This record gives sequence, structure tokens and C-alpha cells, in this order.
Amino acid sequence: MIRGSRLLGSPVLWVGLLFAALLLRMDVLRPVLQRAFPGVEPVIYNRDSFPALFLSQFGLVAVASLAASLVGVTLAVFVTRPAGRDFRAMVNALATVGQAFPPAAVLAIAVPMVGFGAWPTMIALFLYSLLPITENAVAGLEGVPQGVREAAEGMGLSAWQRLLDVDLPLAGPVILAGVRVSVTIAIGTATIGSTVGALTLGTPIFDGLVANKLPFVLEGAVLVALFAILTDLLFAGLERWLRRSAG
Amino acid sequence: MIEIERVTKSYGDRRVVDSLSLTVGPGELCVLLGSSGCGKSTTLKMINRLIPTDSGLIRVGGEDVTLVPAEALRRRIGYAIQSIGLFPHWTVEDNIATVPRLLKWREARVRDRVGELLELFRLDPPSYRSKYPHQLSGGEQQRVGVARALAADPELLLMDEPFAAVDPITRDALQAELAHIHRATEKTIVFVTHDIEEALRLATVIAIMDRGRILQLGTPLDILEHPVNDFVRDFVGHQGLGLKLLSVRRIADRLRRGETAVGEPLALDASLGEALSAMTVRHTDRLPVSDAEGRKIGVIALGDLVR
Repeated sequence: MIRGSRLLGSPVLWVGLLFAALLLRMDVLRPVLQRAFPGVEPVIYNRDSFPALFLSQFGLVAVASLAASLVGVTLAVFVTRPAGRDFRAMVNALATVGQAFPPAAVLAIAVPMVGFGAWPTMIALFLYSLLPITENAVAGLEGVPQGVREAAEGMGLSAWQRLLDVDLPLAGPVILAGVRVSVTIAIGTATIGSTVGALTLGTPIFDGLVANKLPFVLEGAVLVALFAILTDLLFAGLERWLRRSAG
Repeated sequence: MIEIERVTKSYGDRRVVDSLSLTVGPGELCVLLGSSGCGKSTTLKMINRLIPTDSGLIRVGGEDVTLVPAEALRRRIGYAIQSIGLFPHWTVEDNIATVPRLLKWREARVRDRVGELLELFRLDPPSYRSKYPHQLSGGEQQRVGVARALAADPELLLMDEPFAAVDPITRDALQAELAHIHRATEKTIVFVTHDIEEALRLATVIAIMDRGRILQLGTPLDILEHPVNDFVRDFVGHQGLGLKLLSVRRIADRLRRGETAVGEPLALDASLGEALSAMTVRHTDRLPVSDAEGRKIGVIALGDLVR
């Protein structure tokens, strides 16, 4: 009973249901939109299905974020080990450059090199995500109490065991917070990939802007927003769970 | 058994440990005593190779420590530190079981050993096993820290100011427990502290250190009675010297065998300081003394304290 009522009170459930409903059955809003935007036809975006756009954007964000997480955490682990300490400033500078480049500029540069489609977007998202993930991972790893590290080493844990059993679990919540921020931002940023041929929920937005069809813009924007909010809520839950199990 | 031979360690131009030699026999509790920056912690950490030596030789159990893989060496040596360093995401049981599991003990044996150690430190096993470190008081955390250091029954225990961060009452209890464990297990212990009272209470042998060297090595009584120079004399302190002497001398040395007195008896291995304290509280100048089995075997009198 308690579990049930907690589930009912959870925003994840309601946001998730609303998102799924709009994604699958946007057409139920047709009468409302027709009344609000008389003369616009069609009033529901129909060049691609919303679920297909969502899956494509989900794939883009997932692959780019996963790659950025792997690279970022690996870099952070490297620069917080004795052997890599000297590279700390360099890695930080590189990640900052990635963040400072506007994704639109990255797209403009990437298209001539890799062509239209998903790739330029993937590269832009990857570069843009690298800084928050790397910085948080470094902060998390450096936040492991000195005494805990000394005890682990003094008891004879190997470097790998210290990393896997102590450093990463204790830094986990902070690392995840970085991933959460970068994924949420990436969902929004991914939409501009539609300007260079990636299929995302931004596609109706740009088509709507070009063809002067405001309902398309609204439909795409609402879905992207719900997608981002839902993802953020799911990450928040994961973070809470991780913090609890980290004691 | 630890042999340290002419070991030196420098950071830049600064010699932290300067050609230091020290032998700690089996079963000794050797206290490295000195003010901060005297090289005592560095010396300790060179024994388990947390800090590499520049030159010199360290042997544990007759074996050159640099010839053993560092991890294997450390799993043989218990290590307890001031900041304790319990793993916050592991339960008390998992924390204590760290080294036994690294050594691939069978899980049943690990469980038994954890229970045994919790009992030794008077932490009720059923309720403490599954607690997390943040649910423990500072004193309990340090008990678990020392239990963890003892878990795999190491031949040697290194302790770096383990009780410096707890309140005085807890510290007193922890010192008593350590003294008891040392007597019961006869482990070789190297203990770093800057607290002279703690050193006098626990040590079988004290090494007073300054600027990376050992100024004097001796029993607590030696050091109090025959300081080698003014530095040592200042360090152990003129003030309350008599009381410190009473705290390191045992009733056993001044006992009047066969005589009798009334009242609750004192233990034979209690210090003369404790005898003086009991006499003051009970308004008497004679107290009975009992042996380990609780039989009254003699008397200690006020005059015996100053003999």
C-alpha cells in the first residue's frame, strides 16, 4: 500500500505517462490545435512519426553521453592517479575548449568533414558533454577522504581494487550528478542537429519555423521538454539510490 | 620483530628521517614519541612501504621489506590511523573483513573472525555487524578501525596516532583496551604519538624522536628517571614528574607479601599511581592487593610509593 501510494505520488510516473501519451497519440489534440490555429493544415506534424523521432534522438544522446562518460571518467581517473597528475591542467583545458565551442559552430565545422546526418550532432554532443562529466568525476574522485584512501592502501588493496572498490563507489554520486547535467543539456542541444539532417524531436521545430507552422514548433518543443524533464527525474532517482547505498 | 638499519628519507633538502636505526623485538609495544615533524609518522609508513626509503634497510620478521610485493607485505601488517578511514559504503562486517577477504579466507571463517573481534572490542556482534560507519560514535569507529587492523591476525601492528582525535574519556577506554589486547595477543606493535601520557601508559619501550633521529630509546621508567639530555627532560616534562613515575611503576615491585589489610583489593599489575589514587579516595594508607585469580596476596602502603 505504502509503495503503491508512493508510486502514485511520484512525478516520474505522471511525467512519464504524459510524455508517452503525447508521443503515441498526439492526434487526439487535433481538434484543440485546429481551433487554436485555424487555417494551418496539417495541424499535426506528419512527415515522421513522433516515436521514431524520439528513438532517433534518444539513440544520439545515449551514444554521445555514453561515449563522453566513458572518456570523461577515464580521463578523470587518469589525472587523479599519481602517474597522470601532471596532465590534470591539460585535460581540464581541453575539456573547457570543448565546452566553449558552441554546438552550432561544431556542427558547421563537422558537416564538411563527416557529411550530413547523425555524425556531426554526435560529435557536437560528445564535446559539449565532456567538460561537465570530466570535472565532476575529478571532483568526486578527489573528494574521497584522504584517510579512506590511506587506509585502503595501507591494508594492501591493489591499485585496481582501490579504484573499483573504494574510489569509484564513493565518487559515484558526484560522477552521476555530472552525467545527469550533461545528458539533460544534451537532450535540448540535440534538437539543433535537425538542421544538419539528424532526426530528432527538433525536426518538427525547424520544419515548423521554416514553413511558418507554429503547431509543429509547439509539438516538438513540448515533447523535447518532457523528454528532458523525465530524464532528469530518472537520474535524480538513480542518484538518490546511489547515495543511499554509498552510506 | 622489526629491524630498521640506518634508514634515511629526505623531501628536497629536508631530512625527515636521518640515518635512523631501531630494533623492535617480538611482543614489544614500541612508541615513537615526538612533536609533529620529528619524522615519527614517516618512519612508521616506511615499515609498510607507504613511503619509500631513500637508503637503509628495513626487515620485518627477518625479511627485507623491499623484496616482498608491497600489497602482500601490507596484508601481513595491521594498520590503524588517526582518521580511521573506514569505508563509508561498507558495513562494519565488510570493513573488518577487508584483509581476510583479500587473503581469500573462506566466508565462514571470515564471519567467525569478525564476531570474535567485535566481542573483543565489546561491540555486540548481532547489532553491529550490519551497521554502517556513520551510525557509530567516534570511539566505536576507532574500535572498528583497530579491529580491522587486527582482522587477519597480522604479525605486526602499526598505529599512527590512532586515539588522537577522540575525546579524553573514550581515549582512556581505548588505551585500556589496547593495553589489554597487547597483553592478550602479544603482538608486536609500533605506535606513533605526541602524547607523553599515552606513551608512558602503553609502551614497553619508548623511542623519543627529534629531527629524524632517535634521541633516547628505553623503557618508560628509564626515560623518566634517566633522560639523556635536556631535550628529553623538557619533553617528558618536569611538572608532575613524580606522578608520571608513579604511573609507570607497578604495585608488584613494592608489594608487602603476606600482610593483610581491609577493603577492596587492588590488582597486582596496577600502577602505583592507581594505588595512590585509591588511598586518597578511601582515606587510608594501606590497601590489600590481589593476584590475577583474585586472591589477596599482600599489601601496599603509602610509604612504599616513595621508597
